[in-house]
Amino acid sequence: MMTVEELRKIKEETLKHMESKLYKLDKEKIGQKATNRHVLICGGPGCYSSNVEEIKERFVEKIAEKGLENVEVSISGCFGLCESGPNIEIYPDGTFYSRIKIEDVDEIVEKHLCQNEIVERLLNEDAKKEDKILPVHQVDFYKKQEKIALRNCGIIDYNSIEEYIALDGYHALAKVLTEMDRGEVIEVMKKSNLRGRGGAGFPTGRKWETAYKYEADKKYVICNADEGDPGAFMDRSILEGDPHSVLEGMAICGYAVGSDQGYIYIRAEYPVAVKRLRTAIKQAREKGLLGKNILGTGFNFDIELRLGAGAFVCGEGTALMESIEGRRGMPRPKVERTAHKGLWGKPTIINNVETFANVAPIILKGADWFRSIGTEDSPGTKVFALGGKVKNTGLVEVPMGTTLREIIFDIGGGTVGGKKFKAVQTGGPSGGCIPEEFLDTPVDFASLSKIGSIMGSGGMIVLDESDCMVDIARFFLDFTVDESCGKCVPCREGTKRMLEILERITEGEGTPEDLDRLESLAEIITSSSLCGLGQTAANPVVSTLKYFREEYEAHVYEKRCPAGSCQALLQYFITDKCIGCTKCARNCPVSAISGKVKEKHVIDTETCIKCGACMEACPVGAIIKK
Amino acid sequence: MANVTITIDSKKVTVPSGTFIIEAAKEVGIEIPALCYDPNLEVVGACRLCLVEVEGSRKLQTACSTKVWDGMVVHTRSERVVKARKEILQLLLDNHPNDCLTCQKAGECLLQKYAYEYDVKFREHDGDRRPALVDTSSPYILKDDSKCILCGKCVRTCAQVADRQVLTFANRGFNTRIVADIDLSLEESSCVSCNRCVTVCPVGALLDKRLMGKGRPWEFEIKEVKCKVCEYGCDFEVLSRNGKNVAVRAKAPSNGRPLCLKGRLTTEFIYLDEPYTPYKKENGEFKETTWKEALGLDNIIEKLLDKEEISTGVEYNG
Ligand SMILES: Cc1cc2nc3c(=O)[nH]c(=O)nc-3n(C[C@H](O)[C@H](O)[C@H](O)COP(=O)(O)O)c2cc1C
Ligand code: SF4
Ligand code: SF4
Ligand code: FES
Repeated sequence: MMTVEELRKIKEETLKHMESKLYKLDKEKIGQKATNRHVLICGGPGCYSSNVEEIKERFVEKIAEKGLENVEVSISGCFGLCESGPNIEIYPDGTFYSRIKIEDVDEIVEKHLCQNEIVERLLNEDAKKEDKILPVHQVDFYKKQEKIALRNCGIIDYNSIEEYIALDGYHALAKVLTEMDRGEVIEVMKKSNLRGRGGAGFPTGRKWETAYKYEADKKYVICNADEGDPGAFMDRSILEGDPHSVLEGMAICGYAVGSDQGYIYIRAEYPVAVKRLRTAIKQAREKGLLGKNILGTGFNFDIELRLGAGAFVCGEGTALMESIEGRRGMPRPKVERTAHKGLWGKPTIINNVETFANVAPIILKGADWFRSIGTEDSPGTKVFALGGKVKNTGLVEVPMGTTLREIIFDIGGGTVGGKKFKAVQTGGPSGGCIPEEFLDTPVDFASLSKIGSIMGSGGMIVLDESDCMVDIARFFLDFTVDESCGKCVPCREGTKRMLEILERITEGEGTPEDLDRLESLAEIITSSSLCGLGQTAANPVVSTLKYFREEYEAHVYEKRCPAGSCQALLQYFITDKCIGCTKCARNCPVSAISGKVKEKHVIDTETCIKCGACMEACPVGAIIKK
Repeated sequence: MANVTITIDSKKVTVPSGTFIIEAAKEVGIEIPALCYDPNLEVVGACRLCLVEVEGSRKLQTACSTKVWDGMVVHTRSERVVKARKEILQLLLDNHPNDCLTCQKAGECLLQKYAYEYDVKFREHDGDRRPALVDTSSPYILKDDSKCILCGKCVRTCAQVADRQVLTFANRGFNTRIVADIDLSLEESSCVSCNRCVTVCPVGALLDKRLMGKGRPWEFEIKEVKCKVCEYGCDFEVLSRNGKNVAVRAKAPSNGRPLCLKGRLTTEFIYLDEPYTPYKKENGEFKETTWKEALGLDNIIEKLLDKEEISTGVEYNG
């Protein structure tokens, strides 16, 4: 069995091997001398799929071949900048290489590691500014970020419990078990005002207190790792890059509320995260940090995995419990509070992955430290998955209160290809679209809901002028209709009718009454659905109707898609560039094009079936869609 | 348990704390429309028709699954409530066949009743509808998916008998259906034709086939009888029309009564003037059978015949 003393010893021992890569945590130190060097390879979801294991092998081989000493190579969790992966950082200098292929490894070893010469062609494109080479923390993408939940992601080796311990891992658990009583832990959590990161933002401390105060012979702690929003991978990155941080948060919660059993409900589509969690749980048990009599304090807590089949609705707390209990994952009415009667009728705490990852730092550094970051309403940081039409797609963690503009333009690098920014969608299928005029809104729970969207779990999709807002609403609703569990009438029947209307509008068949019907459907679905899925399903429609009504009207009244995105509403035209070569007329499958040789041709828009064959055939680009 | 006093539509009522609003309302004669609620079944809150306004709550609350608290003030027919119910009924009708003229359930159907009460009508639209899957494989139960409103009562009542659990939900969202086992026909499935599901279905999605064409609900004279086959003594109704007993149907099972086919057939045999042909399921196939076999009297009758023949010499034609 491990003692607190031994925990400290592991920390001391392990830190020695980690020296230079720890410079990543301490910007002051970057570039200073260190006793070793470190090649850090990103093993996040995006990069991992591009054979980073092989890249690592090649580094090890080549370094051995060159007889270099004191160079460590390791794969860590996600660096965040998935756009430019596979990414590599070299310490102590903090050089940031991107889009690394296995063929590039030899050159990096020979030049960078052997001769201290930076391989400029492999540098990340933002790591070079006006001929100056920037270390990674000065690259725009990272400058404004601040990491709590992702503190270890991109630094430690996710398969090493020792490296987790070296960065104060399990020290918070040791602290609560040896220095704090249960009520004190609850007080710290309440004071920190950590709000749930799974979507609704419920204060975590208050939730824990409810279960803490409720007497029962058995209580449960559940980590919600169902993460089903399209495009979201915040929780996945934490679980893959720093699994112990979640286990430690759960154990602290178990101690505080008086539970000895935790479950992690994770989707089976996350096999890598499942594997790393299994490894982490095994390691923690072997070290006596999970299981019976943890750290010799008499506290018992163990964690098991439960794999979900990947239904979005199973992320809803009550559906999740139904699923763990072996039933069909359908939400149940909230007759009792989960913290009183949850899983198998016992007091249960359900928190999100990111919520749990925030717990240990709060315990170690205190509630005041946590509240010094972020805003009064929403202390701390939030992880976002930045996607869509933005240059730097990837994972970012910023203090709450950072504005949308800072996230999208300063960190995300703005839109791509010179296109104009149009809106940002936050909160996934439960969220809304925010137009440009609100870009200076600080990101926190209250501010986002005030402008008709939600924080949600952290999806952030940037839209530009070529995105049709009706079609975006249709896209999200299509998702919801597919994912509705089918239990309650407003969600099952109502969302389907909404989707049918949106489809009609994007196909140019919409009527003015359809707009009214959308609004009344939105109201009934929102106000009367059983669970959060239905209650928020109309948000993408409501917010786009509010901010982009003229776009809906253009589709309905003028049969026109201003963004030029709805295929059915586009028409093909031949411009004056036409040289009369007749190619288009010969390629049109329905003979809709007429014209004499060497004269301008014309498309009969009535006959045209919009297949686009003419556009492809035209040698001078004279055919346009509008 | 302590009592609490609440006000429902300006009527005061005192009930044990922990009572659901819908039950408290019944105490003062207020009926709140409900399609998925059944006091004998687990509460699921699926149909959302029982929404009521509770003072102090921003959102409408479901009366079937919200417990009363002392001093609660409830409005069950406010403008907001009525509007929501109309919309929900409309969503249901938009996905329900307009077949009330000939539907066996007409007159007893809850959807019909509430649509009438809230003045909601069928309307034309070209959106999707539930597929018209009709399962005619069983001689006892007709399952018409197109009429199902997915209240889930059938699934819940079926699951109450441990060795049955035949009906389940399948698929998701708009494509959700009630299926037997792994989407088998009633004939192929493990369905034992106890008709529990038929007794709870609020619409014409699960019908007692032996009742079909025998008359409209308002034409029947109903006599309640108890089954004599076993000690549970399940409740049945003998339906007569023009002075003739034409059908027997099971009443909703309560107090742990299981209902079974043998009990129903026995009751038919006892009361009906002309009992219909009995069927028996063997290896996933329904076959016509004799009454003595259907009632499980094979050996007994042989024995009886043997004995009676000796003593009376009378011949029976089983
Ligand atoms: C349809 C639906 C899906 C949800 N999916 C998730 C999810 O994948 N992960 C999650 O943590 N919370 C999800 N939630 C929120 C949970 O119901 C619950 O609020 C959350 O897990 C509580 O943890 P927190 O307080 O730490 O945020 C979902 C909610 C709904 C209505
Ligand atoms: S709102 Fe949708 S997902 Fe939630 S219970 Fe109702 S049908 Fe199921
Ligand atoms: S078949 Fe009847 S009881 Fe079963 S879910 Fe459908 S409507 Fe409800
Ligand atoms: S009766 Fe309350 S939701 Fe159906």
